[in-house]
Amino acid sequence: MSVEFIYPEFEVVRNKDRCIACRVCERQCANEVHKYDKDRGVLISDESKCVDCQRCVSLCPTRALKIIKSDCTLKENANWKNDTIKEIYKQANSGGVLLSSMGNPNPLPVYWDKILINASQVTNPPIDPLREPMETRVFLGKKNEKVTRDENGNLKCKLPPQIELSMPVMFSAMSYGSISYNAHESLARAATELGILYNTGEGGLHEDFYCYGENTIVQVASGRFGVHKDYLEAGRAVEIKMGQGAKPGIGGHLPGTKIVGDVSRTRMIPEGSDAISPAPHHDIYSIEDLRQLVFSLKEATEYKKPVIVKVAAVHNIAAIASGIARSGADIIAIDGFRGGTGAAPTRIRDNVGIPIELALASVDQRLRDEGIRNNVSLVVGGSIRSASDVVKAIALGADACYVATAALLALGCHLCRTCQTGKCNWGIATQRPDLVKRLNPNVGSERLVRLMTAWKHEIKELMGGMGINSIEALRGNRLMLRGVGLNTRELAILGISHAGE
Amino acid sequence: MKRVYADEKWCIGCHLCEYNCAFANSGCDDMVKALKDKEIRPRICVEDRDKITYAVSCRHCEDPICVKSCISGALQKHDGMITIDQDKCIGCLTCILVCPYGAVSENGTGVVQKCELCLENSCGEPACVKGCPNRALIYEERGES
Repeated sequence: MSVEFIYPEFEVVRNKDRCIACRVCERQCANEVHKYDKDRGVLISDESKCVDCQRCVSLCPTRALKIIKSDCTLKENANWKNDTIKEIYKQANSGGVLLSSMGNPNPLPVYWDKILINASQVTNPPIDPLREPMETRVFLGKKNEKVTRDENGNLKCKLPPQIELSMPVMFSAMSYGSISYNAHESLARAATELGILYNTGEGGLHEDFYCYGENTIVQVASGRFGVHKDYLEAGRAVEIKMGQGAKPGIGGHLPGTKIVGDVSRTRMIPEGSDAISPAPHHDIYSIEDLRQLVFSLKEATEYKKPVIVKVAAVHNIAAIASGIARSGADIIAIDGFRGGTGAAPTRIRDNVGIPIELALASVDQRLRDEGIRNNVSLVVGGSIRSASDVVKAIALGADACYVATAALLALGCHLCRTCQTGKCNWGIATQRPDLVKRLNPNVGSERLVRLMTAWKHEIKELMGGMGINSIEALRGNRLMLRGVGLNTRELAILGISHAGE
Repeated sequence: MKRVYADEKWCIGCHLCEYNCAFANSGCDDMVKALKDKEIRPRICVEDRDKITYAVSCRHCEDPICVKSCISGALQKHDGMITIDQDKCIGCLTCILVCPYGAVSENGTGVVQKCELCLENSCGEPACVKGCPNRALIYEERGES
């Protein structure tokens, strides 16, 4: 082999005693790993093409397949790890920027796992959510600072526009283009059934999905793809995307090969042209500029829809959030560094941004200190993996959470992290019609509904354990949290005590 | 009557229905033992051309031409379902000729076989529907008699 050779990352292990040569693996692999050898009547594999998406493993009717990590190894070196060396080889071969997908996989601290939740014992009773009412409903939007009355003494009930959610979770932005039509339909239908919202991402809204508008957040990003008056009016809220957790500080690039048919029409750009979202919004270079866009959008939607400003969690996020809270935005969405993406430069994804837990705690504290917390609701995302992550986020000060990776997992994603190739075998991150049809929205939306229903039950159980019967009473209630294995600086930023204190 | 309906829109052409059918009708409790190194003879067949795929099995017609054509009385209609009594079948294969869906086939021993909705084997419900990974096969009542 030549100097360019890199040994395949995975091995396809086929149990010949079990394989019945049904060829489902061959038919289901868009990477063309499996091939039927007619002469010998057996299946053979080219593991160099395998991305470990587990499609063949999942569909093999006799469990004859497994994918394992190759143990072909370079000499161990704590500094020059195998992956690091292989990346050097790849770049020496290609001369290009390394691309990756989904969230940062590196072993950086996950603060959720170092935070523990309280429960009631003896002096304050826990609540059984199966016997007593539990409120998980939340309202997002600007809240009045205090109760006011008119000259007759009647309460002034007029609130700025609010979003009502049946539980404090929404599906975060994934554009039509980066994910398939069927993935979007699954999210839209599930959100509608659940009484929550999903987010169009920056690729516009397919005309078929306008009927789910009441449960849709329409996004306006730097590329302004698919943005027009009907689009803005179709949604329940409008989101300005300033940044994304997986790739703070850079824009987006959907290759022309994915701009086909309806994607092109929905994005309002010619077929085959690359969809490039600039890194900045070219009309926003200050909070004042942001305010102009916020109010342009409010004007366009007659002040009926809350405006969300989404930013990536970066170093001075508290100051940025303070600015946004003063810009007229109703909701701030913060995306942590573990957030997913359909494609991002590996170096950016793995090295830029900060953990959402720290960003959330510092933003909530800053807005409280400045007396402007009620100006905005806070939504956080960037790897919310479970109901306990949601509960911890709420207790740290969030009003609701954005989930996307978990939703994709429910749709079949196996986190192989090769979305950028456009050959998603699960029909999610692809526009190839034969692959897109593998995701039946009847199945997909059901699975999303079931996942969120399960989370809702768990959220209620956790709340009940703490003796709290309304999620609103948990928001910012950091006394319900304790840290383990965190240093004093981390505890101070999170605003929580150490376990045992 | 409940029937198996194919939805071309969601058929991914994996052909698993054929293997699940062959297994369900094998009388064997192990798929490997039932199907390994054997030519399978499923009662459902995936039509596969020009990227369009869908599975075809017996429609259990209201006015079944196969039953009319059967000279030995092996093919019968019971409660809407068309059944085959292989002991009675003389292997004239007229039913295969007349079935407009190609849903009747020869079973390798000279007599014919066809989908009996897995009600006559140990599966109890159509194995093709149960094993379809994308719900492209549906077993339901659609108001047809």
